[in-house]
Amino acid sequence: MTLQALLVVAAALFAIGLYGAISQQSFVMLMMGLELMINGALLALIALWALSSGGNPQGQMLAIVFMAVMAIEMALGFALITNVYRVRRADITEKLRRLKG
Amino acid sequence: MLFWCFAVGSVVTAYLVFRTDSMVRAAFWLLASFVGVGAILVMLAAEFLGMVLILMMAGEMLIMAVVMVMYMMNPAGLNPMFMVHQHRFAVGAGVVSFVGLSVVALTVDFPDQPVDPAIDATAELGFELLGDSMLVFQTAGVALLATMIGAIALASRNGRFGTADEGSQEPSLEIEELESP
Repeated sequence: MTLQALLVVAAALFAIGLYGAISQQSFVMLMMGLELMINGALLALIALWALSSGGNPQGQMLAIVFMAVMAIEMALGFALITNVYRVRRADITEKLRRLKG
Repeated sequence: MLFWCFAVGSVVTAYLVFRTDSMVRAAFWLLASFVGVGAILVMLAAEFLGMVLILMMAGEMLIMAVVMVMYMMNPAGLNPMFMVHQHRFAVGAGVVSFVGLSVVALTVDFPDQPVDPAIDATAELGFELLGDSMLVFQTAGVALLATMIGAIALASRNGRFGTADEGSQEPSLEIEELESP
């Protein structure tokens, strides 16, 4: 388990997440892509914390902030999906021509 | 060896998220990917963060599955599902980002300072959270509170201009003429 190997795995997760975030039409699948991107970033951060920073506790602190960002993204995403579905009966991005309610 | 099992497993399951026919199955593949990453975090001595990631994502993916069954087309995977747009561009962006990040990972000379096995990383994190980084920790808490309020406001049926399912039409700006005395 080397730092390079960990960073390449993190890069793969980030790249798959980026593909999903750009390509998916469904709102929830799009959110899954964003989650995967954050997942890759989290893995890279912890790998650098564990193998390159000597275990500085601020690295783990930053990872907790990442997790808070994940939770915020999911909570607001679900609320937006609920609202958009109620107003437009839409579950894919193509159905939204304008954002005004 | 165990690391490679989890690493390859998390990447393959991440790929399957966008290749499966059912959105509910996609949520569980994503959960499997997160479990793989959580296990790698545990192997990297960040036991607390690894376990928190797995527990958090288990709850989150179950909520995601429920949301999909409620709102989405084809929730149970009865029909083939391939709902994508700008597919070539997305594949290109993914490949370019993977190659670019991998080149950085393989060419940059990062300092070689592994965690001292003698230290208790979880205890160190506890002292950091309630000591020097208390302000950052509290800020994350306030951000989560603001998110909860915002999410309730967004998902609420009654909006500023009426109920959401009526379209929440904004009132017109006509000014009523005042009756002359």
